[in-house]
Amino acid sequence: MGNLSKIRNFAIIAHIDHGKSTLADRLIQVCEGLSEREMKEQVLDSMDIERERGITIKAQSVQLKFTAKDGDIYELNLMDTPGHVDFSYEVSRSLSACEGSLLVVDASQGVEAQTLANVYQAIDADHEIIPVLNKVDLPAAEPERVRNQIEEVIGLDASEAVEISAKTGLNIKAVLESLVEKLPPPAGDKEGPLKALLVDSWYDAYLGVIALIRVYDGTIKKGTKIRMMQTGATHLVDRVGVFTPKLTEVESLGSGQLGFFTAAIKTVADTQVGDTITEDRNPTSVPLDGFKPSVPVVFCGLFPIDAADYEQLRESLERLRLNDASFSFEAETSAALGFGFRCGFLGLLHLEIIQERLEREFDLDLITTAPSVVYKINMNSGETLQLHNPSDMPDVVKINSIEEPWIKATIFVPDEFLGPILSLCTERRGEQVELTYVGARAMVVYKLPLNEVVFDFYDRLKSISRGYASFDYQMDDYITGDLVRMSVLVNAEPVDALSMVVHASQAETRGRELCTRLKDLIPRQLFKIPVQAAIGGKIIARETISAMRKDVTAKCYGGDVSRKRKLLEKQKKGKKKMRQFGRVDIPQSAFIEALKMGDS
Amino acid sequence: MSGIQALTEDLSLYVHWPFCLSKCPYCDFNSHVVNEIDQSVWRKGLLTEMKTLAKNTEDRKLKSIFFGGGTPSLMEPQIVSDIISEAKKIWRVDDLLEISLEANPSSLEAKRLHLFNQAGINRISLGVQSFNDITLKFLGREHDAADSKRALEIAKKTFENVSFDMIYATPEQTIQDWASEIRQAIEFSSNHISVYQLTIERGTAFFQKHRKGEFQMLNGETLADLYELTQDKLGSAGLADYEISNHAKPSFECVHNLQYWKMKDYLGIGAGAHSRLTDKEGVRWAFRTQRAPSKWLSETKAYGHAVAEKVFLSLEEQIFETLMMGLRLKKGISTADFKNTFKKSIEEIFTRETLEILLNERLIEMDDKSFKATSIGRQRLDSLIQFLFSDFDLNPHSSFFSRDPVS
Ligand SMILES: Nc1nc2c(ncn2[C@@H]2O[C@H](COP(=O)(O)OP(=O)(O)OP(=O)(O)O)[C@@H](O)[C@H]2O)c(=O)[nH]1
Ligand SMILES: C[S@@+](CC[C@H](N)C(=O)[O-])C[C@H]1O[C@@H](n2cnc3c(N)ncnc32)[C@H](O)[C@@H]1O
Ligand code: SF4
Ligand SMILES: [Mg+2]
Repeated sequence: MGNLSKIRNFAIIAHIDHGKSTLADRLIQVCEGLSEREMKEQVLDSMDIERERGITIKAQSVQLKFTAKDGDIYELNLMDTPGHVDFSYEVSRSLSACEGSLLVVDASQGVEAQTLANVYQAIDADHEIIPVLNKVDLPAAEPERVRNQIEEVIGLDASEAVEISAKTGLNIKAVLESLVEKLPPPAGDKEGPLKALLVDSWYDAYLGVIALIRVYDGTIKKGTKIRMMQTGATHLVDRVGVFTPKLTEVESLGSGQLGFFTAAIKTVADTQVGDTITEDRNPTSVPLDGFKPSVPVVFCGLFPIDAADYEQLRESLERLRLNDASFSFEAETSAALGFGFRCGFLGLLHLEIIQERLEREFDLDLITTAPSVVYKINMNSGETLQLHNPSDMPDVVKINSIEEPWIKATIFVPDEFLGPILSLCTERRGEQVELTYVGARAMVVYKLPLNEVVFDFYDRLKSISRGYASFDYQMDDYITGDLVRMSVLVNAEPVDALSMVVHASQAETRGRELCTRLKDLIPRQLFKIPVQAAIGGKIIARETISAMRKDVTAKCYGGDVSRKRKLLEKQKKGKKKMRQFGRVDIPQSAFIEALKMGDS
Repeated sequence: MSGIQALTEDLSLYVHWPFCLSKCPYCDFNSHVVNEIDQSVWRKGLLTEMKTLAKNTEDRKLKSIFFGGGTPSLMEPQIVSDIISEAKKIWRVDDLLEISLEANPSSLEAKRLHLFNQAGINRISLGVQSFNDITLKFLGREHDAADSKRALEIAKKTFENVSFDMIYATPEQTIQDWASEIRQAIEFSSNHISVYQLTIERGTAFFQKHRKGEFQMLNGETLADLYELTQDKLGSAGLADYEISNHAKPSFECVHNLQYWKMKDYLGIGAGAHSRLTDKEGVRWAFRTQRAPSKWLSETKAYGHAVAEKVFLSLEEQIFETLMMGLRLKKGISTADFKNTFKKSIEEIFTRETLEILLNERLIEMDDKSFKATSIGRQRLDSLIQFLFSDFDLNPHSSFFSRDPVS
């Protein structure tokens, strides 16, 4: 497409579940990107996990052709983005490839925490923002109220916001028209040296590494020898194309366009998202701003249940990183769980999803240890350590102080649930920053220790508000706290995988909870075993698992011997899923359950 | 492989009769319900297989014979008699040779008990299962409590050595229900009772029903209570638990079953019968015959036996079996026998740490004569065995099929 004025690049942003992906379906349909036969719900959510959970995890780009009222054909490049707070990094990258955002607001729910967070990101990216009111087909929809809310809370002009139903297809053409009309076309120098932003990259089993780019200046085509400005690597482009949403090769991608290229790139290190791509022979002088690297904030250990799977786990993690550079991993050893990896994630959902993908796509059985945040340990020596794993905590006598990360959380909640939500925040050591009302909804801003949030905060929030509260956060400061490491002992041996850093004021409660939980989870053994929580040498909680009372085969005669022996041998082999604590075998499932810290 | 010197050791003979009048929903024994049985064909088959499999064991002494099933009391007494006399021809026997037969308490069979006595049976085991008609119905039994009581009366008059089987822990059973059953069991007992906790076995009608949730088994606490009550009440009535599920007055322990628990040699004939036999080279064989009656018949006819699977046991497997079975006995394992068989003592086989933990927890006891599980140890025996063998590797046996008789 030669004419920049006929291109519109936009991201679809919204709070989780407000209908971005469904709207993308309708846009694709109206523009005939797919035939009726090829269409399915949330067609862009292509990963199994996305389809099962009904959420978007990976941003997707689609090029559509739309014939507008003015008779011209426009090229629309849309990016469907995830709504969940963990994936806001994914959103920010998508935003930087576009000039505008289509803000979807559920007309029955109104403005929610991520609506706000995403709008702020879009404003930061200098986007033109076009609000639309979705789900007006629902009886509970109140488009007028929500229209006012958008103006009041966000400060956007919503007077022309189109009322749509992504489900029924109501007013979809009007959305497309307003995109054409209101979004600025991309700017750029078609003739200048190639300058493109590497927005995303992933690994495809057939094509190798696929790089999603936004071209600012110049053109890229098959045969172009490109250079990655950050890494310095050069590659020969062997394919350029777009997603319609089917992968479709094109002649070239020029200024203002979004698309992909492949170049027989083998290693992910060569495709750092945010890098600027230029032509090797004729490079641009100034690289693009790129992205702030995403920083993992939640860490946990991932261990193969079968030790023999360790190498496969490593390979799988490497493969996954090709598609998702936002998580990190490094080798870790645990006495309780064997060899594994310490992994960093953008949040709990991110953690859960990576874990599930490993289990599903790579057929691995995994154990996940309790999520933890990164503590800064100020040593007496003046040195500062970044603690990713509670079991690496240095000797207390050498520690001067411990700092923990705090977040600034924004919570939207209907008035009736405000009380319990405030108590939850207080219970989690929160400090209130702001409390404002938007109609019958309160917007609360709290500073909270991240540690308290990774520990089942989101689940509690949802259950207290019967699902009505929404939540978003951003990282704030590191603050010194009265923190201690609590360890758990089973049969007098520490279970390193269960040790955690907690605030001193909460150690005992947490310890007692864990012990009770373990007591219920660990099956009764041949003899009784103590379960204890301790800080240093001091026991702060204790439970005893009584011995099993009866476990013996009733009938065992000459004809039963072989069968019985084989059964016991098999059970013995099954013990590889067990961990030994002073000659007591505890099924790993007990630890896994104990590690699921959800409300019991 | 071991150097067991079993050449002069005693041998026991098991005879399996694979037919019943109806199939009980809990039963996974090799038992079948058929319209017609040509007993003469079976007579021939059993005699043939016994002669074939007895080869190379003729110099051993026969310690016991057990007719089990299925329902061996449905056999023609003449066949039982023929098998006994043929066995006596093959092996040396002593005067005390125990010859047991399992019988169902239906009135029809009770009337035939004396015929089996005449055929040479000197110990009878009746499948009473329960003295509660509702429980009997649940268990799908053909008889009622009155039948059992009558059958027991007849049996006690006919045989000096009478035992019967009971099943407890049916889904609705309370401690009181079971206590009352035990009282009746004691009242009608002679000198031996077997008491089994109801077990849901794969492939039975109960297995399906249980899986579908049509009934639920009692919880672990209740099962333990019932077991403890059983051992306690029968013990005080003079019927001590010489094995997990078997109770007897002194010297009325079942000789045949003791052979199993001591892991001595036994030869099994009939469909699906298992054997353990040590050959002259000291190799210990485990084998079993075809389970399907028709297959068993045709193979016995064609080859003289219907052995379908035959393996030799590694030393480790033998040790495992010896402990797994031996610790079921209150008396435990004789340390002298053990050392004699395996050329190693128990202390040499297990780590000191393992044994000490079990001793400290009072789950086992050992002295220079015996190695045994305490009563709480026996109550948790499956876990105890797991624990004992947790740092012990079982070398797998080699396995092959054989058409030859025991080679
Ligand atoms: N009734 C009604 N339901 C809708 C409409 N649009 C979307 N939905 C439903 O809302 C749910 C969420 O839709 P998605 O399109 O997956 O929402 P999303 O914003 O992409 O969600 P995330 O990607 O997880 O942030 C689905 O069950 C849709 O069927 C609408 O216009 N009307
Ligand atoms: C082969 S059967 C006895 C023979 C005879 N056919 C009878 O049923 O009376 C041996 C005994 O094992 C017991 N038994 C069989 N299946 C059982 C099960 N699933 N659970 C508990 N005991 C069982 C019964 O007490 C039965 O009497
Ligand atoms: S329990 Fe006895 S009678 Fe019932 S099917 Fe089994 S062997 Fe036959
Ligand atoms: Mg979506």
